[in-house]
Amino acid sequence: MSSAQRGMASSSDARSGGDATASPPPRKSDAPFYWSFAILGAVYGMLLLAMLAADLLYAAPSEWLQALRDPEIRASIWLSLLSCTLTTVLSLWVAVPIGYLMSRIPFRGKNLLDALLDIPIVLPPLVIGVSLLILFRYPPFRWLNRYVVFEIPAVILSQFMVACAFAVRTMRVTFDQISPRAEQVALTLGCTRSQAFWRVVFPEARRGLLTAGTLAWARSLGEFGPILIFAGATPFRTEVLSTTIFLQMQAGNLKAALAVSLLMILAAVAVLTIARLFGLKGSGLI
Amino acid sequence: MIAVQNLSLRQGAFALEQISFEILPGEYAVLMGRTGSGKTSILEAICGLRPISGGQIRLADRDVTAWKPAQRGIGYVPQDRSLFSTLTVRANLAFALEVRRWKRAEIDRRVDELAELLGLGALLERLPGGLSGGEAQRVALGRALAMRPSLMLLDEPLTALDQETREEMLELLANVHRQTGLTALHVTHHPGDADRLADRRFVLQNGTIASTLRT
Repeated sequence: MSSAQRGMASSSDARSGGDATASPPPRKSDAPFYWSFAILGAVYGMLLLAMLAADLLYAAPSEWLQALRDPEIRASIWLSLLSCTLTTVLSLWVAVPIGYLMSRIPFRGKNLLDALLDIPIVLPPLVIGVSLLILFRYPPFRWLNRYVVFEIPAVILSQFMVACAFAVRTMRVTFDQISPRAEQVALTLGCTRSQAFWRVVFPEARRGLLTAGTLAWARSLGEFGPILIFAGATPFRTEVLSTTIFLQMQAGNLKAALAVSLLMILAAVAVLTIARLFGLKGSGLI
Repeated sequence: MIAVQNLSLRQGAFALEQISFEILPGEYAVLMGRTGSGKTSILEAICGLRPISGGQIRLADRDVTAWKPAQRGIGYVPQDRSLFSTLTVRANLAFALEVRRWKRAEIDRRVDELAELLGLGALLERLPGGLSGGEAQRVALGRALAMRPSLMLLDEPLTALDQETREEMLELLANVHRQTGLTALHVTHHPGDADRLADRRFVLQNGTIASTLRT
């Protein structure tokens, strides 16, 4: 060993404490760390389960079924299913092109547009309802006012404004995760941009599409504030499941509200199952 | 034939200026250079996938600088192969022909030919996800060859292959070149590839290209 190397060795020894034979730090258990985290997690998990159990125990199944036979509630179920499905289709229809352009095309003001697209996610839902109501006081929207406001289209539009933002975000992440390389190869093989998109990119995005659809559907089902303000809560006309719960609670009919809540829990479980089965990896949303 | 004249391209801090080289019809050229030297960018520029800031690209004596990738008719094999993951091997091979609206019977015949040439017969109904590196590379090669291009660009086609598969692929590339007579530009940083395949060798270093012919 040269004198220079010796010098370096001794200086590094000095940095590490100077004595190579020193005993290692005392062994401490990791258990308290894991236990404290696990207990905190368990408290939340138990609360969730207890909540669902309480719902299930509060009324007998025969009482739920009786509530669900009510024609008003049935109409609300049908309108919910119909409006959520329509909203989902509309959201995907818009989210696919926006998500693709945002993922692939650089342009000036992209960051600003990106922030704008997130507004419905961060805005209080009630504000969206109020804003839609105000919007329909101005032309050209005002000309459609009597066909939209407090009618079924208002239900769909209220759901769409929020659900679409989630679908757009999911599709953007989906396209971000698909390498543009395969698309480029398709271009060299003779495709136009449009052919490359439909033949190569779109089929690869199908999982993301399913995720975006599921999320949009679930968001629409839970939408309440904007619907109440923009579409009202008229039985047999604009009443959806979330408004039914509100109306039944107002009328002091807790069991009917609970029956509808259970129905929505069932729908949520179904949505979660679909989402888990087909994977929501990378969506950052579930 | 490929003629690149005074090609300039830039992306962020990276720039290549005034690159010129020429590959004669039927030649197998190998372009060598370190990682990050811009080899892939040159291939992408020739394919029309990367905008250039100056210069001219001529293929078969026509100026294609302003042409779209689809018009150039180049068989391109990218480094990561980028097979179409939702399509079977058969559909990957048939892709360019379907886009060109070939008749079904002709497509089937061409796919069978390619499967024979590249030893893909047993894999035709598989999805790319389950293929080994060498198999995926042969599919990518077949996909590019399907439309009978007169020019093929290969980006590091032998990286990430084990030694044995590498040998097989070298053999296969030489064989394909012999049978098809196409002009090829093969990018690599591995001198062995050039020794085995190159009629003409280019070295990209410090932004300039030096060319040597096989003696």
